Amino acid sequence: MQSQPIAELRKVTKRYGAVTAASGLDLAILPGEFLSFLGPSGCGKTTALRMLAGFEEATEGEVLIDGQVVNGVPPHRRPVNMVFQQYALFPHLTVAQNVAYGLNQRRPKLPKAEVAAEVARALDMVRLPEFGDRRIWEMSGGQQQRVALARAIINRPKILLLDEPMAALDKKLRHDMQIELKSLQRELGITFVLVTHDQEEALSMSDRICIMDQGRIAQIATPEELYDRPQSRYVADFVGRSNFIPAKVTGHDGGLVVAEAAGALRVLARGDAALPPGAAITLSLRPEEITLATAQEGIEAEVTHRIFLGEHTEYHLKSPSLGTLVAVAPRASEARNGALAPGARVRLHWRDGAALALKDG
Amino acid sequence: MRPGLRTALFLAPATAWLLVMLVMPLVVVIVFSFGERGAAGGYVPAFTLDNYANLGARWTAFRNTLTLAPLGTVLCLLIAWPLAYFLALKADPRWRTVLLILVIVPFWTSLLIRSYAWIQILGGSGLPRIIADLGLGKPRLINTPFAVMVGIVYGYLPLMVFPIYVALEKLDRRLLEASGDLGSPPWRTVLQVTLPLSMAGVATGSMLVFILLMGEFLVPQILGGGKVFFVGNALVDLFLQSRNWPFGAAVAATLVAVMLVTVTLYMRAIRRLSGGRDDVALM
Repeated sequence: MQSQPIAELRKVTKRYGAVTAASGLDLAILPGEFLSFLGPSGCGKTTALRMLAGFEEATEGEVLIDGQVVNGVPPHRRPVNMVFQQYALFPHLTVAQNVAYGLNQRRPKLPKAEVAAEVARALDMVRLPEFGDRRIWEMSGGQQQRVALARAIINRPKILLLDEPMAALDKKLRHDMQIELKSLQRELGITFVLVTHDQEEALSMSDRICIMDQGRIAQIATPEELYDRPQSRYVADFVGRSNFIPAKVTGHDGGLVVAEAAGALRVLARGDAALPPGAAITLSLRPEEITLATAQEGIEAEVTHRIFLGEHTEYHLKSPSLGTLVAVAPRASEARNGALAPGARVRLHWRDGAALALKDG
Repeated sequence: MRPGLRTALFLAPATAWLLVMLVMPLVVVIVFSFGERGAAGGYVPAFTLDNYANLGARWTAFRNTLTLAPLGTVLCLLIAWPLAYFLALKADPRWRTVLLILVIVPFWTSLLIRSYAWIQILGGSGLPRIIADLGLGKPRLINTPFAVMVGIVYGYLPLMVFPIYVALEKLDRRLLEASGDLGSPPWRTVLQVTLPLSMAGVATGSMLVFILLMGEFLVPQILGGGKVFFVGNALVDLFLQSRNWPFGAAVAATLVAVMLVTVTLYMRAIRRLSGGRDDVALM
């Protein structure tokens, strides 16, 4: 099934003088999907969003919305709406007037009763039905966020753009909002494009995530794919946590890459079947893949720190052959087997195929 | 030291200043306004309402002040707002400071001198000559209400520009983006977002200019040639020329009362316009 993209970036580059904020972005956004731009600050994710909104013009390349090239089309003529960072609500208007703002820009003007009905519906949708007459500064951060959301969806945009919408909320509220945002998106059927530096936020809500690195797209994939099959060390490091072990390819065995780490350690890793023997690689090993045992076999290590985090415990390890590593043990298994104190000598195990072979460079 | 005592000490200089420079003169003016003129001028103690009954004699001065001061304020506002908007939101940030300094530069010279310069410009051999040479008639500009208005706007414009500039400068630019994003073309954003959110600056600037214009006497004196008379000119005349201090005091007291009423009404109107916000600082 191939549907026509709702928006596209075609070889889009944005330069500010000598600074390149985004370079060669190629991306198709599908109708109805929840796509996130994820990356550290300065990676170009906000620039990409602002080019879709029309606040920035691409220096090179084409931006398309709904099949139309929109380069040079000002924001007020684009069928997209934005939820701003810190919301940018109008302080001189009431909550209802803020929400109605988009509808009131239509020409010819809509009848007052129709606007009022739409505003009531939008406020209902974000669960603020009784708040229309309030002033913006009388609302809490979470409530302001809902107002911003209601204001942005009232025009039924083709795409809703969200610029770090939850950066100002506390952790608990953020979690609730994530669930609510996701269900709102399903209800409305609008394409959502989110910009965030919070990987948990991106992983929990997105259908696809576009990881950005220094103005370029590092990888676009579903959250599961990004976590299980990152294409680079950068992505593996940014999405979740990982242990990185330098290694060398020695051969292939039944679809797995045979690699040699730390001189003599043989590791069977997932990876590209085309990796030639002798190629330098980095093995990426997720902390939860490592099991700790006190048996005789396995890789030697010593516990340096134990960090109890509730549902799981983090162990910092020092191995004579592999250096420092991080392992995570679920609380349940730790409670069964007993906690390990710093200084404890342990053996490390992981199953074949747990590690991922990433080509260096 | 007790906190209360410390506060009292901090406030003492300002309190003393207000008492000596504001309250006492005001009391003197009010007391004088009920007195009688001495034979050689000055003040003779008495209690009479004659001075107030006689205010009609200076009606022209009051009428001029009460029409030209608000008009001057409005003209200043109409010119200052677009200028402040340009400086705060459109001007290249590298040039902004230079442009702001240009707005202040006239203040480095006394208004008296600058007003004399306008005599040359508006006088017979200035602008009217050029207009006449172009064959567009022989207008008379100096010593007219028009000349007074030019002088007023010229002299007080910076006082209006700065508060509005400050209000616009701290305006969150994302609000303008949000307005555009929601479908408002730029010119409508100016009316719907920028203008309402600059009301604090508009209020402060208008207040500064209006209050100063109500007491103005220099510009009408120089550019109005005694033909366009403000209350300020009447006061100069009454106190210094005819030495009728009690009548002058009555005129001054009335001006203060008129100002109190208009300023209060104005503040109420502004508060209503800005949606009852408490953080719209007026001064």
